[in-house]
Amino acid sequence: MKPRTMFEKIWNAHIVREVPGEATILYIDTHLVHEVTSPQAFEGLRLAGRKVRCPHLTFATMDHNVPTTDRSLPITDLIAAKQIETLAKNCSEFGITLYDLHSAKQGIVHVIGPELGITQPGKTMVCGDSHTSTHGALGALAIGIGTSEIEHVLATQCLLQQRSKTFEINIEGQLSHGVTAKDIILSIIGKIGIGGGTGTVVEYSGSTIRSLSIEERMTVCNMSIEAGARAGMVAPDDTTYEYLADREFSPKGEAFNRAVERWNRLRPDEGASYDKSISIDAKTLAPQVTWGTNPGMVTDVTGVVPDPDDMPTLDEKNAVQRALEYVNLTPGTQMTDVQVDRVFIGSCTNSRITDLRAAAETAKGRKVAPTVNALVVPGSQAVKRQAEAEGLDGIFRAAGFEWREAGCSMCLGMNPDILMPGQRCASTSNRNFEGRQGKGGRTHLVSPQMAAAAAIAGHFVDVRTWE
Amino acid sequence: MEPFRKHTGLCVPLNRINVDTDQIIPKQFLKRIERTGFGAYLFHDWRFLDTGELNPDFVLNAPRYQGASILVAGTNFGCGSSREHAPWALQDYGFAAVIAPSFGDIFRNNCYKNGLLPVVLSEDISADLIRQIEAQEVYRLTIDLESQKVIQSDGTAHAFEIGDFQRQCLLNGLDEIGWTLQFESSIAEYESGREVY
Repeated sequence: MKPRTMFEKIWNAHIVREVPGEATILYIDTHLVHEVTSPQAFEGLRLAGRKVRCPHLTFATMDHNVPTTDRSLPITDLIAAKQIETLAKNCSEFGITLYDLHSAKQGIVHVIGPELGITQPGKTMVCGDSHTSTHGALGALAIGIGTSEIEHVLATQCLLQQRSKTFEINIEGQLSHGVTAKDIILSIIGKIGIGGGTGTVVEYSGSTIRSLSIEERMTVCNMSIEAGARAGMVAPDDTTYEYLADREFSPKGEAFNRAVERWNRLRPDEGASYDKSISIDAKTLAPQVTWGTNPGMVTDVTGVVPDPDDMPTLDEKNAVQRALEYVNLTPGTQMTDVQVDRVFIGSCTNSRITDLRAAAETAKGRKVAPTVNALVVPGSQAVKRQAEAEGLDGIFRAAGFEWREAGCSMCLGMNPDILMPGQRCASTSNRNFEGRQGKGGRTHLVSPQMAAAAAIAGHFVDVRTWE
Repeated sequence: MEPFRKHTGLCVPLNRINVDTDQIIPKQFLKRIERTGFGAYLFHDWRFLDTGELNPDFVLNAPRYQGASILVAGTNFGCGSSREHAPWALQDYGFAAVIAPSFGDIFRNNCYKNGLLPVVLSEDISADLIRQIEAQEVYRLTIDLESQKVIQSDGTAHAFEIGDFQRQCLLNGLDEIGWTLQFESSIAEYESGREVY
């Protein structure tokens, strides 16, 4: 048999119907739902008199627009409150498990899926959110979908798809101290561009990827969509199985051993061919900082703001010019001279316990600069409890960071956590688009260590040499 | 969904690359639970000044482009977030089609589901169309999905590719859920052999 990629194996195992000239009907093992992109889908079901085919394969939580302040208080944003209430009503009507605002399991949908063991190797997963690619860190094929597709999956437990192309990104070698998973993915996006993965599913491979923890792999897979890819995946290995053992929804005992045997077969076959491949040498990577208005506008922390005149095409020159006007930076400025007003540590990219540990280690015994307001938002209630058990909240608070409840928060500012016009933010999130964190706000994407260091220094610093 | 067969309409150029869905419909407008009414917020932060007035420098606000139904944009249009509010907003504003050299994958799928046609034309042709639209006071194009062609008023035609299935869905205004459910027995059969752990 022809050697197969991991994508091909998972895809083939989920085909319900594949006929030339038609979309493939692909079976979906897990559907994750949140409050912002689902109300119109449930309404569509009601209008058509349809049911949710597999409520037991569907899990919901509230994360996008939820306040990160005291949860015992009423939500002041009435439109957000209605959306939250609508999800609760829909889950109750259609029999779907919901981790609501008062659940100990609430959190960002892409944080709680893996945390609860819902995310597993070889599964097909969807969610009405582009960062669904996160779940690929455990070897799942996880695809972000729109609201019509949510309705389709709710009604049929299947998704209509065209087979994607495959893209292997191989990363070899050891990362330097201070260089993280976030820097790997930002530098990949910088290299291939924000459309570089369009139409493909990425499989990350190589010794560097193998050496990463599951949470670090999640950071890499999470931002696959920022290169345009449908999904990003890492083949399961012992690190994956150690992570999954004893999670709530993981198989137990003998069933777990049988699952591991199956999961082992998901790895790409020797000699499997990809539509596209690139290789990256981890030794060459430095901490990254974005300077513009998309994640591909990124440079090493030792770099400078580029000159639009150096761009290869007129389109790119215009784009860079516009971006620099928006972020108010001048070509040639050293990134380490760029001062920040706000710092956000959180989001489905970097809000897990290892992210918070790394940021806390940087912040320990230091003080946030008086000119900076800094926020730490754990990815889930479980992450929050764990961090508090380890005393990380104390470290952050003593340093002058605010410590909040779990949610998407200032990654997209659908709740009250937003930038004011003109404010500049070092953010561990995934998008530095215009207005993403608040109209007129300027976002620089960095790793948790880089964000914590910027909070303290008041400007970007190279964490490799910073004392 | 309304079928899309052939459309002739006024064009507006958006000569920018990588227009993301956060620009098409900013997050503060995603809290509504309806599918309708998003057109008022399309390109909100570009279309409106901080005072709430229309931004006279933004191309969509130019008097000559009022009533436009075809948007011609730069490469990678609709990248970013999966929000289907983006095609809803474009359609609610009055757009029937978007022409660009490439699209974000999720955005493109979302367009198909709503009968908004994403048309891929090469960078050269797209750029040329943008130049022509800018140069001419009233510039119309015809998009014929049946023959898969974008036709200029002088008769020049540009062929475009689209998957057979998407094309049929758009031409017939097909309910995809209904389409899939005709294979319900195949789904049930798959489920009976599915590994559960």
